[in-house]
Amino acid sequence: MFELDGATISRMLTSMTLLFHAIFATVGVGVPVMVSIAEFIGIKKKDPHYTLLARRWTRGYTITVAVGVVTGTAIGLQLSLIWPSFMQLAGNVIALPLFMETFAFFFEAIFLGIYLYTWDRFKNPIYHWLLSIPVVIGGTLSAFFITTVNSFMNQPQGFEMENGTVTSIDPLAAMFNPATPTKVFHVISSSYLTSAAILAGIAAIFILWKKGSTYHKKALKLTVTFTFLFAILTAVAGDLSAKFLAEYQPEKLAAGEWHFETEEGADLIVFGTLNENNEVENAIRIPNALSFLAYGDFNAEVEGLEETPVDEQPPLWIHYMFDLMVSIGFYLLGISLLFLVFWKVKKWNENNRLLLTGIALAGPLSMLAVEFGWVYAEVGRQPWILRGFMTVTEGATTSPYVGWMFLLFLALYIVLGTGCIVVLRKMFKDNPAELELERLFPQVAATKEDDQS
Amino acid sequence: MSYELIGITVLWFFLYGYLIVASIDFGAGFFAYYARVTKKDHIINQLISRYLSPVWEVTNVFFVFFFVGLVGFFPDTAYYYGQSLLIPGSIAIVLLAIRGSFYAFESYGSKDNAVYMFFYGATGLLIPASLSTALTISEGGFIEETANGVQLLYGELLTSPYSWSVVFLALVSVLYISAMFLTYYADRAGDKPALELVRKYALFWSSPTIIASLTTFIALSQQNLDHFQRALELWWVFGISVAFFMVAVFLIYIGRYYGLAFIAVMLQFLFAFFGYGASHLPYILRPYITLTSGVTHESMAIALIVAFIAGLCLLIPSLILLMRMFLFDAEYVKGKK
Repeated sequence: MFELDGATISRMLTSMTLLFHAIFATVGVGVPVMVSIAEFIGIKKKDPHYTLLARRWTRGYTITVAVGVVTGTAIGLQLSLIWPSFMQLAGNVIALPLFMETFAFFFEAIFLGIYLYTWDRFKNPIYHWLLSIPVVIGGTLSAFFITTVNSFMNQPQGFEMENGTVTSIDPLAAMFNPATPTKVFHVISSSYLTSAAILAGIAAIFILWKKGSTYHKKALKLTVTFTFLFAILTAVAGDLSAKFLAEYQPEKLAAGEWHFETEEGADLIVFGTLNENNEVENAIRIPNALSFLAYGDFNAEVEGLEETPVDEQPPLWIHYMFDLMVSIGFYLLGISLLFLVFWKVKKWNENNRLLLTGIALAGPLSMLAVEFGWVYAEVGRQPWILRGFMTVTEGATTSPYVGWMFLLFLALYIVLGTGCIVVLRKMFKDNPAELELERLFPQVAATKEDDQS
Repeated sequence: MSYELIGITVLWFFLYGYLIVASIDFGAGFFAYYARVTKKDHIINQLISRYLSPVWEVTNVFFVFFFVGLVGFFPDTAYYYGQSLLIPGSIAIVLLAIRGSFYAFESYGSKDNAVYMFFYGATGLLIPASLSTALTISEGGFIEETANGVQLLYGELLTSPYSWSVVFLALVSVLYISAMFLTYYADRAGDKPALELVRKYALFWSSPTIIASLTTFIALSQQNLDHFQRALELWWVFGISVAFFMVAVFLIYIGRYYGLAFIAVMLQFLFAFFGYGASHLPYILRPYITLTSGVTHESMAIALIVAFIAGLCLLIPSLILLMRMFLFDAEYVKGKK
């Protein structure tokens, strides 16, 4: 592997760190929202099932948040260590959102600590619930600020370049670049969606394998409902993102859609393969749909990849990433809708095995969709690290030791990933929800017969 | 006050904040492991985890804050430090990652795992050592700029008496600060056996700390005479620091006013740290980056300062809330909540 050049290894190392971090960051943004909702319902309905749900989710969350924090710190430092020239330039322009992201993170860290250790400290439970609000705000704001940094890399503005040095810097213009609204919307909605889908998946697995109790059935209904709501939101965000790409980053859309020639009424290509002459085979073609996706008009002209110079074209395999992400998105929307319909129609059983298996799959699939989406977004702006200003090769470190660092971090992520799974398993295996309900709320567990149902 | 001076002062404060909170954390890890080896863990581990559990993440943020702010205010540091510190920086990240996540795994997941405890204790000493590299190379003479970019001269670094005395100072002061804090915390908790134990640690680590400070000072005169002379001009700042050191050790020795003793420790390091920082100027990384050459553009610097003030308005009340709930709430400290 050491025959690869430094820039390639730098890219591999950064991809690995980001893909690993994305798992924990996504959960980190979304789960507090679900926790807060569950705790609120628990208080309003005076139903300890929901309170317990919030408690148990939080406990698992502390483990994932720990890995999220340490890998996030790793990225923060790695940016300067692996991309020193890029950070020297970008530091001038996007230091503001980076700095504000740490404030949001600080805010979240403080209140998460307080939230975790004050479950039984207040007479009125609403005070404890109020502490979850800053955690939610902090997590979502972190996502917001850091996504503006990524948007800037896609759509740099707010500075001028004169002989290799930057001048006339406008920090707010750099932060609120054209890519920011759609990117932020898409990242936040998909994080909420993924977290809801994962929690739904866990509830479904419990009911499938262990004939889960009322507690698990309530969890399932709550999480699937929110999976559906967030899936709609994410679909809207995705559609807006496609329209953004068509206007500002046509080469990414064109490479993602295998749209080579500029034409009006462009077809949307779903799946398929490329032969050696770069001709599309085995694909489903939806007539004029790409024009509609890009401009909301079936006959609009969509710019093809041929307009982009060959050495500035992104690789064509990102098409698969795009298709997989979108397919999973629609799968999540469909399966959650199906569950809601089965639930509302009285004679149908929403807990049938097929439906539950479908929901169980939705959890891991949604996380895969997040990863595919990020790969599409990031590889889709190759060869640029700062689109139009700096290529990835120019930004990378010249140190000869990146290869070794790749191995070091690979080992680290294997250890962290394994540790995380082992600890989470241990945490919940020896302490099923029914036992905990009895311990924490003995009066409820004793009077309610519903746990046998 | 020019904005680059405001910038470096703000950053220095955060690094100082990190120095204090991280030392408590790193030292506690070492003491927890040491207590386990010497079969005294039942005495102090409860105390340590009651303090650390709610605050470990906050500790981490101080550090992130510092390096993000440094790159923001002085983007050139990203280039020079980034190029030269790839290996020590990556090792520090790995150690921090192992430490942070293992702490969470231990305290929220499986209890009492000897392997975790070992890593937790070991990283508590290795991290300060690896992070202090960044301060060492800022004195100059350890990196060179060639056509292939910036390189760290490992040979120079590993054979320099200055670099080793900085490492030694970092290690002993971590243990000293941590023991001083734990003494105060044990007193708050009314935990007599723990208090006796950590009080001994505190007294034990006080003399190496002051000796290491002196040797580092002498080694600095060999490494960077300019810096040493500017430090001598600020002799009174270091004098105040030594005075607070004596107050702190005296209070611990007589076994009273532990809260004041810890405040004296904080002031001791505040003066020493700012004396060191002030005499380091105008260089940030000698000879490549000075305060004025490396600073970001005016518009960004102003935006950062505004963001910083807005952020503080949010953070200070939150931090006070955190401290009132877990540090100064006697019932919590005693384990009744």
